[in-house]
Amino acid sequence: MIKVTIDDVEVEVAEGTTILNAARMIGGDVVPPAMCYYSKLPDTGGKCRTCLVEVAAGSTKDPRPMPKLVVSCSTPVQDGMVVKNKTSERVHENRGAVVEFLLINHPLDCPVCDQVGECHLQDLGFEHGAEKTRYEEERRTFDPIDIGNKIKLHMNRCILCYRCVAVANQLTDKRVHGVLHRGEHAEISTYIESAVENDFSGNMIDVCPVGALTDKTFRFKSRVWFLKPMEAECECTKCSGKVVVWQFGNEIYRVTARKDRYGEVEDQDGKAGWICNDCRFDKKDLSDWNIIGPRTIDRHSVISQGNYESPRTSIKKVK
Amino acid sequence: MGRRLLLEHDNVAGIETFDVYRKNGGYRSVEKALKSMSPELVLEEVQKSGLRGRGGAGFPTGMKWSFLAKPEGVPRYLLCNADESEPGTFKDRYLMEKIPHLLIEGMIVSSFALGANQSYIYIRGEYMWILDILEKAIAEAYDKGFLGKNILGSGFDHDLSVAPGGGAYICGEETALIESLEGKRGNPRMKPPFPAVKGLYGCPTVVNNVESIAAVVPIINDGGEEYAKIGLGKSTGTKLISACGNLVRPGVYEIEMGITVEEFIYGDDYCRGIANGKKLKACVPGGSSVPILPHYLVTKTAAGEDRLMTYESLADGGFASGSMLGSGGFIVFDEDQCIVRNTWNFARFYAHESCGQCSPCREGTGWMEKVLHRLEHGQGNLRDIDLLAEINKKIEGNTICPLGDAAAWPVAAAIRHFRDEFEWHVNEREESQKRNYGLIREPQSIA
Repeated sequence: MIKVTIDDVEVEVAEGTTILNAARMIGGDVVPPAMCYYSKLPDTGGKCRTCLVEVAAGSTKDPRPMPKLVVSCSTPVQDGMVVKNKTSERVHENRGAVVEFLLINHPLDCPVCDQVGECHLQDLGFEHGAEKTRYEEERRTFDPIDIGNKIKLHMNRCILCYRCVAVANQLTDKRVHGVLHRGEHAEISTYIESAVENDFSGNMIDVCPVGALTDKTFRFKSRVWFLKPMEAECECTKCSGKVVVWQFGNEIYRVTARKDRYGEVEDQDGKAGWICNDCRFDKKDLSDWNIIGPRTIDRHSVISQGNYESPRTSIKKVK
Repeated sequence: MGRRLLLEHDNVAGIETFDVYRKNGGYRSVEKALKSMSPELVLEEVQKSGLRGRGGAGFPTGMKWSFLAKPEGVPRYLLCNADESEPGTFKDRYLMEKIPHLLIEGMIVSSFALGANQSYIYIRGEYMWILDILEKAIAEAYDKGFLGKNILGSGFDHDLSVAPGGGAYICGEETALIESLEGKRGNPRMKPPFPAVKGLYGCPTVVNNVESIAAVVPIINDGGEEYAKIGLGKSTGTKLISACGNLVRPGVYEIEMGITVEEFIYGDDYCRGIANGKKLKACVPGGSSVPILPHYLVTKTAAGEDRLMTYESLADGGFASGSMLGSGGFIVFDEDQCIVRNTWNFARFYAHESCGQCSPCREGTGWMEKVLHRLEHGQGNLRDIDLLAEINKKIEGNTICPLGDAAAWPVAAAIRHFRDEFEWHVNEREESQKRNYGLIREPQSIA
C-alpha cells in the first residue's frame, strides 16, 4: 500500500492505482470529472482531458513537481505523491478551457435532447463552463446516419470519448462502428452504413456521457426526472438481469443498467452489470420484471440544481 | 564548405546501387561492428558521439538506446521514422532517394547494437517512389549477404522491411507510428508506458529518425570521439538542413554544427542570400512547428551575439526571443511575404492533421484555423488576436502528443513578434487585401 495526498486528504491505495481512482476512494468534490475514462472498460481514458490535475510533488523519492498537468485517469500514483485538484488554480483554469473546447462545437440543443438530466457535459458545463461563448464560427455538423432501429446516433453532440468503441470491442463479438476521419471531422460511424446490432450493443447508450447515443424506444417519450426509477430483475440467460426500470405510473418507459454516482455500471454478482439488448429494449411490460424497490439516484447533477423551491438562487446562478 | 559525413558521395553516379556504394566505402561499418565489436561497444560509441535525435526533439540517441528494456525471450524492434511530413522539411527524402544504402547500413548496425532481429522503415505514404528505391536496395543487400540469416558469418540475423504509411502527419509521432504499423488507426498512445518498454506488438521498441540512423555509420567508421569533435558543445556532428523559401539557392545542405546562421543564409557555399535582392523578413529555422523569428533575431540573439546553427544557440532566449533547430526545415521569408497568411497556412495544416483524439487539439486547432482565416481575409477583430493567444496557451501542454504544442507554438510566436502586422490586418482591412505589410520595425529595446 502506498500513500498519496489529494487536495490535502491522505489516502492509502494499492500500487498501480490511478490518481482518479485514488480520488474516488476519498469521494466528494475531490474527484476530478471524467468524460472518457470508464473504469469498467479497460483502455479507456486520456482523451477528453477534463480530469487534468496538478502534481505538486511526484513522490517521496523525487519530490519535484511535474511541469505539465497530468491526466488523473491514466497516471498511476507514487508513494508520497501530492496532487492538487480543486485546490489548484491552474487546474481550474485549464479544465475550464477543456470544457470550452468541448462546447464550441456542441449544438447545445439540450431542450430537445434525451440525455438532459443525465448528461455529464451538462454537469461539467455547469461547474466549469463560462457564461458566454467566444466562438463566433459556425458550429460543426455531420450528416445523420442510421445505425439501426434501437440506437439513435446523433453525431453533432458527440465529444469523441471512444467509450462506445470500447464497448463494441470488449462486449460484443464484432465491432461494426468506429471513428472515421480525423481532427475536427472525426466522427463515430459505420463505414458502410449498417446497423449496429448485437446482443450487447445497447450498452453503448449507457456509457455515452452525452446525448450522442440514445435509446430509440425511449426517444422523446419523457424527461428522466418525471420518471420513477425502480430496481428490478428478471431471469435472463444472456445477462445478470439486474436493471433499473424507469416507470411512469405502471408503464415502463425505459430500462437501463444500474449505474453508480460516476455514471458507470455497478458490479452485479462480482462482474460489471452490463445488460443485454433483450432486457433493455424488449421487456417493457411490468410482468416481465420482478420489481424490488425504488432506486436512489445520486443527485449531484444539473437536474438537482434547478431546484424549484428556491427560484431566486437558481436565477442568480444562471446570471 | 565543412566536412560532409552523410552526403559525401551523393553526386557519385550510380551510388544507389550496391556495387558503387560498396566501392565508395559502403558497409564498412557493418563489417567493423559485426566482426570486431560487441553490441555494448557500438552503443558506447554512439553515446560518446553525443549524437542527438535528428527528428526534431534533439534527444540524445545513445541515451534513448540505453533505455531499451531487454527482457529475456521477448523480441526487440528498431523502427526508422521516415514519415517526414513537417512542412519545410525534406532532408530525409533527399538522403533516401540518393543514398538508400546508407540508411540500410545504419539500420543493420543500429539493430546489432540494440539486439533487434527485425526492423522496419516506416515511410511516408507520399514517398512511394522512394519505397521502390529502398526495396530495390534492400533486395541487393539481402543478395550480398548483408541482410538475412547469419550476416557475414557473425551469427547475427537481421530482417529489414519497408512499410508505407497512409499519408498522415500524426504517424510521425512515435506511438502513432507504432499503431499505424500494427495496422490500426494512427492515434498516439498514452505515455507511459514508453515504446522502449512496450512498443510495437507490446515489445520493447526504439524509434529513430532517418538521419539519426544514417549518422551511426560515420560514428562507427571513425569512432564516436572523432564525430564529437565536429560541432560545438552538446551539438555534435553534422546536420542536414533543408532550406526553402525566398533563397537564391534553396536545397538540402549538410552543415557542420556551429556555423553561423548568417553564413548559412548568405554564404557562397550555402544559400547565397535572399532571392531577387530582397530583404529578409523572417525565418522559421526548424520546420513549421518551431517559433518564427523576425529578421532582427535571425542572425543575432537578443543579447547581440551571433546566432549559430546549433540546438542551443537557436533556442537562445527561450520562446521569448529564440526558436529551435527542430528537424532542420529552414524556411526563409522575404519582405513581400505576409506573416498572417503564413500563420494561417500553418494552422490549417495542423487542423487538418490533428488526429481528433483529445479535445484541446481536436477543437483548438480547428478554432485557431477559423479565426486566422477570418483575420487573413480582412474579417477579424482586435479581440481575435488576444483570443488566439489565449487558445494556444490552453492547447499547449494539455494534449496527448506534441502535435498540440506544434500547432500552438507557431501561432504564439507569430503574434509575439508580428503583432503590428496582425493589428494592421484588422485596422486596414481593405488595404490588407491589396498589399502586404512589408518589413516590421525592430523594437527599441532589442536594437
